[in-house]
Amino acid sequence: MAQEITLTVNGATRTNQVEPRLLLADYLRSVLDLTGTHVGCDTSNCGACTVSLNGDAVKSCTVFAVQADGADVTTLEGLASDDGTLHPIQEGFWEKHGLQCGFCTPGMIMSSLDLLSKNPNPTEAEIREGLSGNLCRCTGYHNIVLAVQFAAEKMNSGS
Amino acid sequence: MVTSSFDYYAPTSVADALALLDQHGDDAKLLAGGHSLIPLMKTRLAEPAVLIDLGKISTLSYINEQDGGLAIGAMTTYSEIAGSELVQSNAPVLAEASGQVADNQIRNRGTIGGSLSHSDPAGDLPAVALALGAQLTTSSSGAHRTISADDFFVDLLTTALEPNEILSEIVIPALPAGTGTAYAKFANKASHYAVVGVAAVVTVGSDGTCQSARIGITGAGPKATRATGTESALVGSNLDDSAVRAAASHAGDGIDFNEDVHASGEYRAHLISVYAARAIRAAVENAS
Repeated sequence: MAQEITLTVNGATRTNQVEPRLLLADYLRSVLDLTGTHVGCDTSNCGACTVSLNGDAVKSCTVFAVQADGADVTTLEGLASDDGTLHPIQEGFWEKHGLQCGFCTPGMIMSSLDLLSKNPNPTEAEIREGLSGNLCRCTGYHNIVLAVQFAAEKMNSGS
Repeated sequence: MVTSSFDYYAPTSVADALALLDQHGDDAKLLAGGHSLIPLMKTRLAEPAVLIDLGKISTLSYINEQDGGLAIGAMTTYSEIAGSELVQSNAPVLAEASGQVADNQIRNRGTIGGSLSHSDPAGDLPAVALALGAQLTTSSSGAHRTISADDFFVDLLTTALEPNEILSEIVIPALPAGTGTAYAKFANKASHYAVVGVAAVVTVGSDGTCQSARIGITGAGPKATRATGTESALVGSNLDDSAVRAAASHAGDGIDFNEDVHASGEYRAHLISVYAARAIRAAVENAS
Protein backbone atom coordinates (compact mmCIF):
# COMPACT_ATOMS: atom_id res chain seq x y z
CA MET A 1 0.00 0.00 0.00
CA ALA A 2 1.57 3.26 -1.13
CA GLN A 3 2.07 6.04 1.39
CA GLU A 4 2.54 9.73 0.79
CA ILE A 5 5.86 11.27 1.73
CA THR A 6 6.94 14.89 1.58
CA LEU A 7 10.57 15.79 1.90
CA THR A 8 13.03 18.44 0.78
CA VAL A 9 15.55 17.26 -1.80
CA ASN A 10 18.29 19.69 -2.83
CA GLY A 11 16.15 22.57 -1.61
CA ALA A 12 12.96 21.60 -3.45
CA THR A 13 9.88 20.15 -1.76
CA ARG A 14 8.92 16.80 -3.23
CA THR A 15 5.72 14.88 -2.54
CA ASN A 16 5.23 11.34 -3.84
CA GLN A 17 3.28 8.18 -3.22
CA VAL A 18 5.76 5.40 -2.46
CA GLU A 19 5.63 1.79 -1.38
CA PRO A 20 7.09 1.49 2.14
CA ARG A 21 9.71 -0.94 0.88
CA LEU A 22 11.13 1.55 -1.62
CA LEU A 23 14.69 2.36 -0.57
CA LEU A 24 15.75 6.00 -0.38
CA ALA A 25 18.45 5.30 -2.99
CA ASP A 26 15.87 3.90 -5.42
CA TYR A 27 13.47 6.76 -4.67
CA LEU A 28 16.14 9.31 -5.54
CA ARG A 29 17.25 7.48 -8.70
CA SER A 30 14.02 6.06 -10.09
CA VAL A 31 11.31 8.44 -8.87
CA LEU A 32 13.22 11.73 -8.83
CA ASP A 33 15.68 10.86 -11.64
CA LEU A 34 18.60 11.95 -9.47
CA THR A 35 21.03 9.34 -10.74
CA GLY A 36 24.10 10.98 -9.23
CA THR A 37 23.48 8.76 -6.20
CA HIS A 38 24.98 5.40 -7.15
CA VAL A 39 24.06 1.95 -5.89
CA GLY A 40 27.16 -0.18 -5.62
CA CYS A 41 27.03 -3.09 -3.19
CA ASP A 42 23.44 -2.57 -1.98
CA THR A 43 24.57 -4.02 1.37
CA SER A 44 25.64 -0.87 3.31
CA ASN A 45 29.32 -1.55 2.78
CA CYS A 46 30.58 0.48 -0.19
CA GLY A 47 29.12 3.93 0.46
CA ALA A 48 28.47 4.80 -3.22
CA CYS A 49 24.86 5.63 -2.27
CA THR A 50 25.83 8.13 0.45
CA VAL A 51 23.58 11.18 0.71
CA SER A 52 23.07 13.82 3.38
CA LEU A 53 19.98 13.23 5.54
CA ASN A 54 19.28 16.18 7.85
CA GLY A 55 22.97 17.08 7.68
CA ASP A 56 24.36 13.60 8.34
CA ALA A 57 25.90 11.31 5.73
CA VAL A 58 23.89 8.08 5.45
CA LYS A 59 23.89 5.09 3.14
CA SER A 60 20.65 5.55 1.22
CA CYS A 61 20.52 1.85 0.27
CA THR A 62 19.83 1.12 3.94
CA VAL A 63 17.13 3.71 4.58
CA PHE A 64 13.54 3.37 3.39
CA ALA A 65 12.17 6.44 1.61
CA VAL A 66 9.30 6.54 4.11
CA GLN A 67 11.85 7.01 6.92
CA ALA A 68 12.93 10.23 5.19
CA ASP A 69 9.40 11.66 5.27
CA GLY A 70 9.77 15.24 6.50
CA ALA A 71 13.54 15.19 6.16
CA ASP A 72 15.99 17.43 4.34
CA VAL A 73 18.01 15.43 1.82
CA THR A 74 20.99 16.62 -0.18
CA THR A 75 22.44 14.57 -3.02
CA LEU A 76 25.46 15.16 -5.20
CA GLU A 77 23.26 17.15 -7.58
CA GLY A 78 22.61 19.67 -4.81
CA LEU A 79 26.23 20.73 -4.31
CA ALA A 80 27.18 22.89 -7.29
CA SER A 81 25.75 26.40 -7.65
CA ASP A 82 22.96 27.06 -10.10
CA ASP A 83 25.47 28.70 -12.45
CA GLY A 84 27.50 25.49 -12.50
CA THR A 85 30.25 26.62 -10.15
CA LEU A 86 31.53 23.49 -8.46
CA HIS A 87 31.43 23.02 -4.70
CA PRO A 88 34.99 23.17 -3.28
CA ILE A 89 34.89 19.40 -2.65
CA GLN A 90 33.94 18.73 -6.26
CA GLU A 91 36.66 21.14 -7.33
CA GLY A 92 39.13 19.24 -5.15
CA PHE A 93 38.28 15.94 -6.82
CA TRP A 94 38.73 17.65 -10.21
CA GLU A 95 42.00 19.42 -9.38
CA LYS A 96 43.63 16.52 -7.54
CA HIS A 97 42.35 13.82 -9.86
CA GLY A 98 40.46 12.21 -6.97
CA LEU A 99 38.79 9.67 -9.20
CA GLN A 100 39.61 6.99 -11.71
CA CYS A 101 36.46 5.23 -12.94
CA GLY A 102 34.30 7.67 -10.96
CA PHE A 103 31.72 5.21 -9.69
CA CYS A 104 32.47 5.79 -6.00
CA THR A 105 32.93 9.55 -6.43
CA PRO A 106 29.41 10.77 -5.53
CA GLY A 107 29.54 8.86 -2.25
CA MET A 108 33.10 9.96 -1.56
CA ILE A 109 32.07 13.59 -2.05
CA MET A 110 28.97 13.29 0.14
CA SER A 111 31.01 11.64 2.91
CA SER A 112 33.66 14.34 2.58
CA LEU A 113 30.91 16.95 3.00
CA ASP A 114 29.85 15.33 6.30
CA LEU A 115 33.48 15.11 7.45
CA LEU A 116 34.38 18.72 6.64
CA SER A 117 31.15 20.12 8.07
CA LYS A 118 31.97 18.54 11.44
CA ASN A 119 35.78 18.74 11.30
CA PRO A 120 36.95 21.58 9.04
CA ASN A 121 40.65 20.82 9.57
CA PRO A 122 41.00 17.04 9.49
CA THR A 123 44.37 15.32 9.65
CA GLU A 124 45.20 12.79 6.96
CA ALA A 125 44.35 10.00 9.42
CA GLU A 126 40.99 11.64 10.19
CA ILE A 127 40.22 11.92 6.47
CA ARG A 128 41.02 8.25 5.94
CA GLU A 129 38.93 7.22 8.95
CA GLY A 130 36.12 9.58 7.96
CA LEU A 131 35.95 8.02 4.49
CA SER A 132 36.36 4.43 5.68
CA GLY A 133 32.70 3.77 4.89
CA ASN A 134 33.39 4.43 1.20
CA LEU A 135 35.19 1.92 -0.97
CA CYS A 136 37.09 2.73 -4.18
CA ARG A 137 37.67 -0.39 -6.24
CA CYS A 138 40.23 1.47 -8.34
CA THR A 139 42.06 1.96 -4.99
CA GLY A 140 42.44 5.65 -5.77
CA TYR A 141 42.53 6.62 -2.10
CA HIS A 142 45.74 8.65 -2.24
CA ASN A 143 44.35 11.33 -4.53
CA ILE A 144 40.98 11.25 -2.78
CA VAL A 145 42.76 12.30 0.42
CA LEU A 146 44.52 15.08 -1.52
CA ALA A 147 41.15 16.19 -2.91
CA VAL A 148 39.66 16.48 0.58
CA GLN A 149 42.72 18.38 1.80
CA PHE A 150 42.36 20.76 -1.15
CA ALA A 151 38.69 21.28 -0.32
CA ALA A 152 39.38 21.85 3.38
CA GLU A 153 41.94 24.50 2.60
CA LYS A 154 39.66 26.21 0.12
CA MET A 155 36.61 26.12 2.39
CA ASN A 156 38.61 27.46 5.33
CA SER A 157 40.07 30.32 3.30
CA GLY A 158 36.52 31.30 2.37
CA SER A 159 37.37 31.74 -1.29
CA MET B 1 17.64 -5.74 -3.49
CA VAL B 2 13.98 -5.41 -2.65
CA THR B 3 12.47 -6.45 0.66
CA SER B 4 9.13 -8.19 1.05
CA SER B 5 6.14 -5.88 1.27
CA PHE B 6 5.19 -4.57 4.67
CA ASP B 7 2.92 -2.02 6.29
CA TYR B 8 4.82 0.90 7.77
CA TYR B 9 3.93 2.92 10.84
CA ALA B 10 5.87 5.84 12.26
CA PRO B 11 4.38 6.59 15.68
CA THR B 12 5.48 9.77 17.42
CA SER B 13 5.15 8.53 21.01
CA VAL B 14 6.19 5.40 22.89
CA ALA B 15 2.55 4.86 23.89
CA ASP B 16 1.47 4.83 20.24
CA ALA B 17 4.32 2.47 19.35
CA LEU B 18 3.31 0.09 22.15
CA ALA B 19 -0.33 0.14 21.01
CA LEU B 20 0.81 -0.81 17.51
CA LEU B 21 3.01 -3.55 18.94
CA ASP B 22 0.09 -4.94 20.95
CA GLN B 23 -2.14 -4.78 17.89
CA HIS B 24 0.21 -6.52 15.46
CA GLY B 25 2.01 -8.91 17.80
CA ASP B 26 4.45 -11.29 16.15
CA ASP B 27 3.79 -9.82 12.69
CA ALA B 28 5.57 -6.63 13.68
CA LYS B 29 9.23 -5.70 13.99
CA LEU B 30 10.53 -2.53 15.57
CA LEU B 31 12.74 -0.43 13.30
CA ALA B 32 15.46 1.61 15.01
CA GLY B 33 18.46 2.69 12.89
CA GLY B 34 17.75 -0.18 10.53
CA HIS B 35 21.35 -1.14 9.84
CA SER B 36 20.89 -4.69 11.08
CA LEU B 37 17.21 -5.17 10.24
CA ILE B 38 17.10 -3.70 6.71
CA PRO B 39 19.99 -5.87 5.44
CA LEU B 40 18.20 -8.91 6.91
CA MET B 41 15.01 -7.85 5.14
CA LYS B 42 16.83 -7.33 1.84
CA THR B 43 18.14 -10.89 1.94
CA ARG B 44 14.65 -11.97 3.11
CA LEU B 45 16.03 -13.58 6.24
CA ALA B 46 13.48 -11.31 7.92
CA GLU B 47 10.07 -10.67 6.34
CA PRO B 48 8.01 -8.74 8.87
CA ALA B 49 4.49 -7.88 7.73
CA VAL B 50 4.56 -4.69 9.78
CA LEU B 51 7.39 -2.28 10.57
CA ILE B 52 7.00 0.09 13.49
CA ASP B 53 9.59 2.83 13.01
CA LEU B 54 10.79 4.35 16.29
CA GLY B 55 12.68 7.04 14.40
CA LYS B 56 10.04 9.73 14.81
CA ILE B 57 9.80 9.37 18.61
CA SER B 58 11.97 12.29 19.68
CA THR B 59 11.62 11.41 23.38
CA LEU B 60 13.74 8.27 22.85
CA SER B 61 16.84 10.22 21.84
CA TYR B 62 18.82 11.90 24.65
CA ILE B 63 21.94 11.69 26.78
CA ASN B 64 21.45 12.86 30.38
CA GLU B 65 23.64 12.84 33.46
CA GLN B 66 22.00 10.76 36.18
CA ASP B 67 23.42 10.17 39.68
CA GLY B 68 26.93 10.69 38.36
CA GLY B 69 26.31 8.17 35.60
CA LEU B 70 24.22 8.39 32.47
CA ALA B 71 20.69 7.83 31.20
CA ILE B 72 20.62 7.36 27.44
CA GLY B 73 17.56 7.11 25.22
CA ALA B 74 17.46 3.92 23.19
CA MET B 75 17.28 5.77 19.84
CA THR B 76 20.46 7.76 20.47
CA THR B 77 22.89 7.13 17.62
CA TYR B 78 26.47 5.89 17.84
CA SER B 79 27.63 9.25 16.44
CA GLU B 80 25.79 11.17 19.14
CA ILE B 81 27.25 8.94 21.85
CA ALA B 82 30.79 8.98 20.46
CA GLY B 83 30.73 12.77 20.21
CA SER B 84 29.15 13.44 23.62
CA GLU B 85 31.44 15.09 26.18
CA LEU B 86 29.14 13.76 28.89
CA VAL B 87 29.65 10.17 27.75
CA GLN B 88 33.38 10.75 27.25
CA SER B 89 33.57 11.87 30.87
CA ASN B 90 31.07 9.55 32.65
CA ALA B 91 31.48 6.33 30.64
CA PRO B 92 34.50 6.82 28.36
CA VAL B 93 34.51 3.22 27.10
CA LEU B 94 31.01 3.70 25.68
CA ALA B 95 32.13 6.72 23.64
CA GLU B 96 35.30 4.89 22.58
CA ALA B 97 33.48 1.76 21.40
CA SER B 98 30.66 3.71 19.72
CA GLY B 99 33.26 5.59 17.68
CA GLN B 100 34.66 2.28 16.43
CA VAL B 101 31.38 0.83 15.18
CA ALA B 102 31.35 0.24 11.42
CA ASP B 103 31.85 3.60 9.67
CA ASN B 104 30.66 7.19 9.88
CA GLN B 105 27.50 6.74 7.80
CA ILE B 106 26.40 3.72 9.81
CA ARG B 107 27.21 5.46 13.11
CA ASN B 108 24.93 8.28 11.96
CA ARG B 109 21.99 5.84 11.76
CA GLY B 110 22.69 2.96 14.14
CA THR B 111 21.42 3.27 17.70
CA ILE B 112 22.45 1.98 21.12
CA GLY B 113 19.01 0.46 21.68
CA GLY B 114 19.03 -1.25 18.32
CA SER B 115 22.48 -2.70 18.91
CA LEU B 116 21.61 -4.11 22.34
CA SER B 117 18.20 -5.44 21.24
CA HIS B 118 19.64 -7.12 18.15
CA SER B 119 22.33 -8.85 20.26
CA ASP B 120 24.54 -9.52 17.27
CA PRO B 121 27.37 -11.84 18.37
CA ALA B 122 29.85 -9.43 16.73
CA GLY B 123 28.21 -6.19 17.93
CA ASP B 124 30.33 -3.84 20.02
CA LEU B 125 27.94 -2.32 22.53
CA PRO B 126 26.68 -5.49 24.26
CA ALA B 127 30.20 -6.04 25.66
CA VAL B 128 30.34 -2.43 26.79
CA ALA B 129 26.94 -2.59 28.49
CA LEU B 130 28.09 -5.69 30.39
CA ALA B 131 31.37 -4.10 31.47
CA LEU B 132 29.64 -0.92 32.65
CA GLY B 133 26.94 -2.81 34.54
CA ALA B 134 24.21 -1.08 32.53
CA GLN B 135 20.57 -1.34 33.56
CA LEU B 136 18.14 -1.55 30.64
CA THR B 137 14.66 -0.08 31.00
CA THR B 138 11.89 -1.50 28.87
CA SER B 139 8.39 -0.20 28.24
CA SER B 140 5.28 -2.21 27.55
CA SER B 141 1.67 -1.04 27.67
CA GLY B 142 1.15 0.31 31.17
CA ALA B 143 4.39 -1.10 32.56
CA HIS B 144 8.13 -0.60 32.86
CA ARG B 145 10.76 -3.17 33.67
CA THR B 146 14.45 -2.91 34.45
CA ILE B 147 16.75 -5.66 33.24
CA SER B 148 20.40 -5.88 34.19
CA ALA B 149 22.73 -6.17 31.19
CA ASP B 150 23.94 -9.40 32.85
CA ASP B 151 20.47 -10.90 32.32
CA PHE B 152 19.64 -9.26 28.99
CA PHE B 153 21.71 -11.22 26.47
CA VAL B 154 20.23 -14.69 26.33
CA ASP B 155 21.69 -16.30 23.22
CA LEU B 156 22.57 -15.67 19.59
CA LEU B 157 20.38 -12.72 18.44
CA THR B 158 18.15 -13.37 21.47
CA THR B 159 17.51 -11.09 24.43
CA ALA B 160 15.26 -11.02 27.48
CA LEU B 161 12.95 -8.55 25.72
CA GLU B 162 9.36 -9.75 25.52
CA PRO B 163 7.51 -9.40 22.19
CA ASN B 164 5.35 -6.58 23.60
CA GLU B 165 8.29 -4.61 25.00
CA ILE B 166 10.40 -1.74 23.69
CA LEU B 167 13.85 -1.08 25.08
CA SER B 168 13.53 2.57 26.00
CA GLU B 169 16.46 3.63 28.18
CA ILE B 170 19.98 2.55 29.08
CA VAL B 171 21.13 3.59 32.55
CA ILE B 172 24.83 3.48 33.32
CA PRO B 173 25.88 3.74 36.96
CA ALA B 174 28.56 6.19 38.08
CA LEU B 175 32.10 4.84 37.90
CA PRO B 176 33.86 4.65 41.28
CA ALA B 177 36.89 6.91 41.86
CA GLY B 178 40.08 5.40 40.46
CA THR B 179 38.28 3.62 37.63
CA GLY B 180 39.68 3.39 34.12
CA THR B 181 37.92 2.00 31.07
CA ALA B 182 38.95 0.87 27.61
CA TYR B 183 37.73 -1.06 24.57
CA ALA B 184 40.02 -3.14 22.37
CA LYS B 185 38.85 -4.99 19.30
CA PHE B 186 40.17 -6.97 16.41
CA ALA B 187 37.90 -5.60 13.71
CA ASN B 188 36.91 -7.25 10.48
CA LYS B 189 38.72 -5.08 7.95
CA ALA B 190 35.70 -4.55 5.69
CA SER B 191 32.73 -4.33 8.07
CA HIS B 192 34.53 -3.33 11.29
CA TYR B 193 32.41 -5.89 13.14
CA ALA B 194 34.30 -7.33 16.10
CA VAL B 195 36.04 -10.61 15.33
CA VAL B 196 36.70 -10.27 19.04
CA GLY B 197 36.16 -7.21 21.22
CA VAL B 198 36.85 -6.61 24.89
CA ALA B 199 35.52 -3.82 27.11
CA ALA B 200 37.33 -3.40 30.42
CA VAL B 201 36.27 -1.37 33.46
CA VAL B 202 38.93 -1.57 36.16
CA THR B 203 39.05 0.21 39.53
CA VAL B 204 42.55 0.71 40.91
CA GLY B 205 43.07 1.37 44.64
CA SER B 206 45.49 3.92 46.05
CA ASP B 207 47.94 1.08 46.70
CA GLY B 208 47.87 0.16 43.01
CA THR B 209 45.95 -3.09 43.43
CA CYS B 210 42.81 -3.95 41.57
CA GLN B 211 39.69 -3.20 43.64
CA SER B 212 37.16 -4.37 41.08
CA ALA B 213 37.00 -5.37 37.44
CA ARG B 214 34.23 -5.95 34.93
CA ILE B 215 35.26 -7.38 31.57
CA GLY B 216 32.74 -7.71 28.73
CA ILE B 217 33.63 -9.66 25.62
CA THR B 218 31.99 -9.91 22.22
CA GLY B 219 32.66 -11.65 18.93
CA ALA B 220 34.05 -14.76 20.59
CA GLY B 221 30.91 -16.81 21.18
CA PRO B 222 27.21 -16.76 20.32
CA LYS B 223 26.50 -13.79 22.60
CA ALA B 224 28.33 -11.12 24.54
CA THR B 225 29.35 -12.29 27.98
CA ARG B 226 31.35 -11.35 31.07
CA ALA B 227 34.82 -12.85 31.44
CA THR B 228 34.31 -13.74 35.08
CA GLY B 229 37.47 -15.85 35.30
CA THR B 230 39.52 -12.87 34.21
CA GLU B 231 37.67 -10.56 36.60
CA SER B 232 38.27 -12.71 39.66
CA ALA B 233 41.93 -13.21 38.74
CA LEU B 234 42.40 -9.45 38.47
CA VAL B 235 40.78 -8.41 41.73
CA GLY B 236 43.41 -8.12 44.45
CA SER B 237 46.28 -8.41 42.00
CA ASN B 238 48.92 -5.72 41.60
CA LEU B 239 47.99 -5.29 37.91
CA ASP B 240 51.55 -5.72 36.72
CA ASP B 241 52.20 -7.22 33.32
CA SER B 242 52.32 -10.81 34.48
CA ALA B 243 49.15 -10.41 36.55
CA VAL B 244 47.32 -8.92 33.58
CA ARG B 245 48.53 -11.67 31.26
CA ALA B 246 47.58 -14.39 33.71
CA ALA B 247 44.11 -12.92 34.19
CA ALA B 248 43.59 -12.35 30.46
CA SER B 249 44.43 -15.99 29.74
CA HIS B 250 41.04 -16.84 31.33
CA ALA B 251 39.04 -14.54 29.02
CA GLY B 252 37.86 -17.43 26.87
CA ASP B 253 36.98 -19.77 29.74
CA GLY B 254 33.72 -21.58 29.11
CA ILE B 255 33.08 -20.00 25.69
CA ASP B 256 31.82 -22.06 22.77
CA PHE B 257 33.86 -20.17 20.18
CA ASN B 258 32.36 -19.01 16.91
CA GLU B 259 33.85 -20.50 13.76
CA ASP B 260 33.38 -18.62 10.50
CA VAL B 261 35.15 -17.38 7.40
CA HIS B 262 36.78 -14.59 9.41
CA ALA B 263 38.41 -16.66 12.13
CA SER B 264 38.56 -20.23 13.39
CA GLY B 265 37.52 -21.01 16.93
CA GLU B 266 41.15 -21.66 17.81
CA TYR B 267 42.19 -18.25 16.48
CA ARG B 268 39.39 -16.51 18.37
CA ALA B 269 40.47 -18.31 21.54
CA HIS B 270 43.95 -16.88 21.03
CA LEU B 271 42.73 -13.39 20.12
CA ILE B 272 40.40 -13.05 23.07
CA SER B 273 43.25 -13.35 25.58
CA VAL B 274 45.45 -10.96 23.60
CA TYR B 275 42.72 -8.34 23.34
CA ALA B 276 41.61 -8.80 26.95
CA ALA B 277 45.16 -8.00 28.05
CA ARG B 278 45.25 -4.93 25.78
CA ALA B 279 41.91 -3.63 27.08
CA ILE B 280 42.90 -4.21 30.72
CA ARG B 281 46.29 -2.51 30.31
CA ALA B 282 44.62 0.49 28.63
CA ALA B 283 41.95 0.67 31.33
CA VAL B 284 44.58 0.64 34.08
CA GLU B 285 46.48 3.38 32.29
CA ASN B 286 43.29 5.43 31.97
CA ALA B 287 42.61 5.01 35.69
CA SER B 288 45.66 7.03 36.62
